[in-house]
Amino acid sequence: MRCTDIYIHPSLLGQGLMVRISFDGVTGMEYWANYSMTAIFFLLGLALPAAAFTVGRWLRPHHPSAAKIITYESGVDPFGDSRVQFHVRYYLFALLFVIFDVETVFLYPWAVAYDTLRQDVGLFVLVEMLIFVLFLFIGLIYAWKKKVLEWK
Amino acid sequence: MQAWMWLGPVIMLFVVLGFVTLAILFERKVIGWMQSRIGPNRVGPWGLFQTVADVLKLLLKEDIVPQKADETLFKLAPVIAFVPAFAVVAVLPFTDSLVFADIGVGLLYFIAISSITTIGILAGGWASNNKYALIGAMRSAAQMISYEIPLVMALVGVIMAAGTLNLSGIVEAQKEMWFIVPQFIGFVVFFIASLAELNRTPFDLPEAESELVAGYHVEYSGFRFAFFMLAEYVYVFAMSALTTVLFLGGWNPLFGFTFLPPLIWFLLKFSLIVFTLIWIRATLPRIRVDQLMQLGWKVLLPLALFNIFLSALLKEIPGIGSYY
Repeated sequence: MRCTDIYIHPSLLGQGLMVRISFDGVTGMEYWANYSMTAIFFLLGLALPAAAFTVGRWLRPHHPSAAKIITYESGVDPFGDSRVQFHVRYYLFALLFVIFDVETVFLYPWAVAYDTLRQDVGLFVLVEMLIFVLFLFIGLIYAWKKKVLEWK
Repeated sequence: MQAWMWLGPVIMLFVVLGFVTLAILFERKVIGWMQSRIGPNRVGPWGLFQTVADVLKLLLKEDIVPQKADETLFKLAPVIAFVPAFAVVAVLPFTDSLVFADIGVGLLYFIAISSITTIGILAGGWASNNKYALIGAMRSAAQMISYEIPLVMALVGVIMAAGTLNLSGIVEAQKEMWFIVPQFIGFVVFFIASLAELNRTPFDLPEAESELVAGYHVEYSGFRFAFFMLAEYVYVFAMSALTTVLFLGGWNPLFGFTFLPPLIWFLLKFSLIVFTLIWIRATLPRIRVDQLMQLGWKVLLPLALFNIFLSALLKEIPGIGSYY
């Protein structure tokens, strides 16, 4: 591997904040630098609440009383359990979501490779996906006719 | 991981926090003007420090954990909601050189990570052990998963035209023509679905204050509440930037007006989207829950699927095919 270019620009506007290190064009180092950047964003996302809650603990009052820590229910004493059974329609929507989300998992790589595949095998690549989507669409129409999509 | 790698992301964190501070003020101002009011104007000149004052107030407020709540989950939920909101900012390309994580699957990363927030909201509503909070959280989860489908399906046309999931690559593909023109159906579906994903008016049912008090965060106070709000506004930032990148050509100038730097072009388009979100909030009433579900599944999803095959067919037409 040969290092083709390295540039570092910590200036805020215009030029990049990130450092690009390339080996033979695209590269392992850049690959790792990019993915560690996502990790840094995750860690900073955790650090901000951690810092804010710690500073907050030093500043805010803490005087819990029986009335204060009671569950809020518009000023009335809460009755019954809050964790009630839910209507089955929520689960039906969740099932539909899973089906179509899996469909997108197949659609995305297909869309990325579409132009290449079309040059290789022609419009067959479109017909193939059309058949797959139609099968799932029939499922949607079935749910539609069964009035699963109504919210009453 | 070297120390210097932290510099950019830390600056970005403050940029995002600064955006949220100003966006909340701007939203209140704009809605005020649209309703013939002045909006906040007491704290600092032009009300500039209104949000700062609000945040300081929240910081000094008592952190109340209800007795019946699941304490660990209750305290963790705002963090679960916030972390992915900031993590998605990593992949957004602001100019061709100003991008933190230029990863190949940028778009997929954005979509996958952003859906984790639903878990934070659901966890918050469940852990509160409050009826309003649980109903709000369940509604929110149902809404967010229902609209995630049209949201991701609407982007398939864009991916087919760009041939990549890398966000910088998608912007490069729009040098000739912004995708809002050839992918207009995709844009409309994406924009409506993104309003619903952001839980913004007219899709703000999860926190319908007149019926659910505040929805999933009714039991939250002080800074834990602030983090739910922060997550919401960081998503406004991320989603507006994503819309700019995917449909408005990112940093590409309009009509070849290259005398403005690319970052300014990006910010102009980005601000336009943010303003439109506020404008819609001031204009449209909240829709009913049954209309919400029907719009998502019966209108937007078939439309998004239709758009995929329409784009594929239009690719075959000589002349305009190169735009698809």
